[in-house]
Amino acid sequence: MELTELSMLQLSARLAAGETSSVEATRASLRRIEQVDPQVRAYLRTDPQGALAAAEASDARRRAGNPAGPLDGVPIALKDIFCTRGLETTSGSKILQGFIPPYDATVVTRLREAGLPILGKLNQDEFAMGSSTESSAFHPTHNPWDLSRTPGGSSGGSSAAVAAREAFGALGTDTGGSIRQPAALTNTVGLKPTYGRVSRYGVIAFASSLDQVGPMTRTVADCAALLQLICGRDPLDATSAPVEVPDFGQELEGGVKGMKLGLPREYFVEGMDPEVAASVRAAAESYRKLGAEIVDISLPHSRHALAAYYLIAPAEASSNLARYDGIRFGLRAKGAHSLGELYSQTRDQGFGAEVKRRIMLGTYALSAGYYDAYYLKAQKVRTLIRGDFDRAFAQVDAILSPTAPTPAFKLGEKSGDPLAMYLMDVLTLPCNLAGLPGMSIPCGFTRSGLPIGLQLLGRHFDEARLLRIARAFEREHDFSARRPPLEVADAA
Amino acid sequence: MALTLEQVRHVAGLARLALTPDEEQRFSTQLSAILDAVAELEGVDTAGVEPTLHAALAGAPGVRPDQPRPSLGPEAALANAPARVDTRFAVPKIIE
Repeated sequence: MELTELSMLQLSARLAAGETSSVEATRASLRRIEQVDPQVRAYLRTDPQGALAAAEASDARRRAGNPAGPLDGVPIALKDIFCTRGLETTSGSKILQGFIPPYDATVVTRLREAGLPILGKLNQDEFAMGSSTESSAFHPTHNPWDLSRTPGGSSGGSSAAVAAREAFGALGTDTGGSIRQPAALTNTVGLKPTYGRVSRYGVIAFASSLDQVGPMTRTVADCAALLQLICGRDPLDATSAPVEVPDFGQELEGGVKGMKLGLPREYFVEGMDPEVAASVRAAAESYRKLGAEIVDISLPHSRHALAAYYLIAPAEASSNLARYDGIRFGLRAKGAHSLGELYSQTRDQGFGAEVKRRIMLGTYALSAGYYDAYYLKAQKVRTLIRGDFDRAFAQVDAILSPTAPTPAFKLGEKSGDPLAMYLMDVLTLPCNLAGLPGMSIPCGFTRSGLPIGLQLLGRHFDEARLLRIARAFEREHDFSARRPPLEVADAA
Repeated sequence: MALTLEQVRHVAGLARLALTPDEEQRFSTQLSAILDAVAELEGVDTAGVEPTLHAALAGAPGVRPDQPRPSLGPEAALANAPARVDTRFAVPKIIE
């Protein structure tokens, strides 16, 4: 079997046994990228030199009997939203083209300390605003399961790279579904942690009250192992929570017997693909057979989540993106005669259409005379959405639903219609508004062979239980073992 | 709710975006459609409901102890500057 087919933990076991080296695994990944990325286009840039240097250092630690941890030497890739010292970071935007961060994001520091070589930076929608990677200023990414379709977004480079075996695992970010929706569309596992679980320091901000970093992998156990590395209080992020981090691997195999799992009736929305709905109901039935009780629940305010989100997130974005002014870093428009012109021309040239649209919407929602009607109203509705979840979690241990209402759509199909694109997030964004942890795991395929995702939502800081529920399903079904039908120009 | 071209220009000014006439036209249509879609919130009863301004949960720690620590030096801080003079960022003349 090709090295790149291994899960992160399988590779880790081989490294520990001395059967392969981190340099070999890193070279195998880089070769795989050369073979398939011309079709998939998951990467914005690779860093062979940096990755191989880290791999050599890892092998030296292993030889000395002193590995930095279980994932020491396992190559990984990062969404381009994470600041990487010395390695260009753009967040998918022209306004940051050429930006070389002078420091690492806290999660990047933690991965480096744990010994994981970083293969490169992955494509995304510009500033994580989008559900398809089509708003990337550079190019769209293609779904390895059907190259004419999107791998989801905004972390679509991450999901595609993991699905196409171009990385053993990846980090993404999730503001309204940007980890879970791409995971669902590519037959991969993605987890958005509880707000505050993971540091946001050095993560290019979109909407600060919603953004959260999480792992994207091929198996649930890998997801737990990678999550373990990035969680915990960081003095550099005031919103990171001083909450104890459990051992996520410990209860993974504990099963679901006796658990209560809620099926929210509002999450089987109008316009949902019937194969998606059927597949998720079959998953619920599977959990029932495994000993869980399936409970019909109601989250009545979820239907207002989309409206609340599309006021709150753009409002925060309009404020966060004020920093792109052409003065200190990034693009600067040429020929401006005044400071005001410099700002506005730089921003018009540097931002793409979706980003401008959201800045405009957010600025409007925050402007004098509209603040109460839009922004404040949305924040009150957010309280109601959160209250729904509190009531549900008094009744059930976790919630099951589809992750996305449809399987992967064709590139270009929705790019002209912002509202149709926003609907792709309708089932994922209530979780962000409430600050809850959420996951997507593979739960089947359509007749035409497109992946379907099952979403799991849990109580605050209850990721361990979500992972355990996810693992119980994965053990019964072999969806994760399926490979996308990519044709490789064989160089070997 | 329809957003007029004049309102679009006003908001673009607040957001420091020099939109082209074509963009102004497009955003007027698209933002009006989005505002229509979010208008459903008007009908939600939020009497007596406190806003959730942040997802940070109770027990979030706030600020770290205020202790001095090393920061970026001038060279690192200026390394990405589009234009600089010595150890300063250069900008167009702002005082005549």
